[in-house]
Amino acid sequence: MPLTDGFMYPNEVELQWSVLIVLYPFLTGLVAGAFILASLERVFRVEAVKPTYRLALLTALAFLLVAPMPLQLHLGHPERSFEMYLTPHRSSAMAMFGFVYLWYLMAVLVLEIWLDYRKDIVLLAQSTTGLKRLFYRVLTLGSNNISPNALAIDNRVGYIVTVIGIPSAFLLHGYVGFIFGSVKANPWWSTPLMPVVFLFSAMVSGIAAVMLLYMLLNRLRKQPIDMRCVDTVAKYLFYAFIIDFSLEMLDLIHRIYEADESFHSLDFMVHSRLYISQIVVQILLGTVLPIALLGLTQIAKFTEIVRKRIYVSAGCLTLIGIFAMRWNVVIGGQLFSKSFLGYTTYKMGFVAKEGLLPAILLTLLPFFILWALVKLLPPWPEEETTHMAHGTAAGD
Amino acid sequence: MKFKDATHLFRLAGVFAAGLLLFVALRSFLVPKSFGQYGHFRGDALADIKAQPVHYAGHEACESCHSDVLDQKVKGKHVRVNCEACHGPLATHAEDPGGITPEKLDTAKLCVRCHEANTAKPKWFPQVVSADHSAGLACNECHQPHNPVIVAEEKTASAGEGPKPAPANKGAKK
Amino acid sequence: MNITRRHFLVLLPAAALAWEHVLAGTPELSSNYNTSDHWWGMLVDIEKCIGCGSCVRACAKENNVPDGYYRTWIERYRIKEVNGLETLEVDSPDGGKNGFPSSDEPGVKQFFVPKMCNHCADSPCTQVCPVGATFVSPDGVVLIDEKYCLGCRYCIQACPYGCRFLHPEKNVAQKCTLCYHRITQGLTTACCENCPTGARQLADLKNPKDPIHEFLRTHKVQVLKPHLATQAKLYYNGLDGAVR
Repeated sequence: MPLTDGFMYPNEVELQWSVLIVLYPFLTGLVAGAFILASLERVFRVEAVKPTYRLALLTALAFLLVAPMPLQLHLGHPERSFEMYLTPHRSSAMAMFGFVYLWYLMAVLVLEIWLDYRKDIVLLAQSTTGLKRLFYRVLTLGSNNISPNALAIDNRVGYIVTVIGIPSAFLLHGYVGFIFGSVKANPWWSTPLMPVVFLFSAMVSGIAAVMLLYMLLNRLRKQPIDMRCVDTVAKYLFYAFIIDFSLEMLDLIHRIYEADESFHSLDFMVHSRLYISQIVVQILLGTVLPIALLGLTQIAKFTEIVRKRIYVSAGCLTLIGIFAMRWNVVIGGQLFSKSFLGYTTYKMGFVAKEGLLPAILLTLLPFFILWALVKLLPPWPEEETTHMAHGTAAGD
Repeated sequence: MKFKDATHLFRLAGVFAAGLLLFVALRSFLVPKSFGQYGHFRGDALADIKAQPVHYAGHEACESCHSDVLDQKVKGKHVRVNCEACHGPLATHAEDPGGITPEKLDTAKLCVRCHEANTAKPKWFPQVVSADHSAGLACNECHQPHNPVIVAEEKTASAGEGPKPAPANKGAKK
Repeated sequence: MNITRRHFLVLLPAAALAWEHVLAGTPELSSNYNTSDHWWGMLVDIEKCIGCGSCVRACAKENNVPDGYYRTWIERYRIKEVNGLETLEVDSPDGGKNGFPSSDEPGVKQFFVPKMCNHCADSPCTQVCPVGATFVSPDGVVLIDEKYCLGCRYCIQACPYGCRFLHPEKNVAQKCTLCYHRITQGLTTACCENCPTGARQLADLKNPKDPIHEFLRTHKVQVLKPHLATQAKLYYNGLDGAVR
């Protein structure tokens, strides 16, 4: 099969942004979504989801730490990436990345985790030995004050940080939507809806991810799953999905109705090269089916087992669907010619700097980091007491 | 709120402040000095780009030495075809005329680049189907590239004008 | 000579200042080219283009453009019209570097369209560069600072005309520079120099005596994708409405 179909400008034949650039918004989307779920409890007092609070924060951190890696692999000169901090070009949405990322990492996520875990950190600094002890002691910043007053202050400050964190999370992921949405050269990308669609799909993916992780980790720990928690999380997932789907349908209907110059070219692309990833994977399997499944649980009563199965299936389909959405935006936007006269093909390598293998490895890496974080900063009380018991028994 | 219960927050603020100061210090060291001189870019970049080596000398450089060729050209249709369009980039030859000799051109391959008939070319442009036109002969067997008109044609076209120089080389082997 | 440390610390900035003055006197930094005297553009006359590809070859040689990538290229448009219904075919074999094969179809409107960077005055590509590695020079040429570019490729995405690419070895963005290194020395661009029919001509829009500037004032010319308001300075004479 030939590489191009019709006419492409000669420099357009090769795609510029690869699967790694698909992965980046997927990862930051999970960060933003997980954080919003955490804020549901902290700020909006949805107490039912409290069991997922700490896990959501650690998940956000694990994914945030990996998020810049696909970008670094993609850059022609990654050693120059610090230039974004030195001379950020204020008219460029991408220039915001360095500062928004650093702000979100340090002033929101790390700060909130530190404040919530500080009591545990101080206690762990006293009960562990060796390298771990050093790690915890550094984290305490030399202060062992866990008096009720100090903890009350931490709680208050933590609340404020979460409140600031919500718009910060929107900014962290919304600016990515703006990076695409503001490119007037590309009609597949250029729409004011883009940041909003990205944001809501981020929330959907983040909530689904934390829900799945919660269920999985509790299964691995042989602990009971708090169904009231999971039911509530699934409910919010359903609501977010409705909004996300409505926005995407609005964009689609608007395009079909206005049928501007780019429409025929894009329409053909969606029905040919993008058919499987857009119609089948993103829309049918990744959006309509999970919404239907989740909707069923809202209107009919099912047993716990059935609900768990529905949540797991809906959650997995959601994650696949949101990844497909990122794929369709990034790759789809480069498959058609800006002359509207032709199409090209994405040749994704496997063992290549920007190939599928690095993408898979970078997707798996946050789970390893999360595993380490869960071990170092246990999200659940009983984990902590058994850990401490092991520590005192084995360590002295 | 007692301040002693918030010392950990002050220490954290201290860590952040130290980080910020370090960033500001590093920045003043690392931002290129000429940045911002003319706009949001490294001013020295203009000089870097200007320093790129030139490969085509430009027809004025050629004409300063080869005025005889210029005299031929101005009388013919190729007056506006610049030297290096056929002879290739020759800035090195212009710098060192004795040392660097331009290569001999093969008109059989060169001329058809422009003059091979193509339905997409404008109708006013002289074009031939080379296989039918020259029966395998090189173009400069009949045409002098610097003034490509063939004398016989020209006499019919412009009777009354003075004698023109004969095609410079080889003569017509028809 | 006995210099105390204090004395040395005082001398150092003075010496640095003096060195700057010395450097300013060197040929590379001083020149008689003043950016504020020029505002560059180009005229392409579709009626004159014969699709020979000389411009594409010349640009590649002048600027060491790698194979398979194009700082300039030529497109051939073939428009067939049957009972008012138009079918359009466009091709650009190897960017038109070695010309085009002939087609024998009669009754088809055909013409060539040379393309290159439009050196937009309101350039969408420089707007998106995160670090200021690509910019509009004070004399209106959109340039790339190869020592500063990160290779993020945002500018390549933002260009509506497809004129940018990533250099496969240098890993920085590349495009037509309007032969800045030539025009600042009084030469014309490599493509204009080598065009045999004068289809491509450099224009200095700040020079009232520039004949191309005069042509632009007296003929009906167009730019590509005017609805995007890029303030493109690549003007076409005889541009057909079908051209994208």
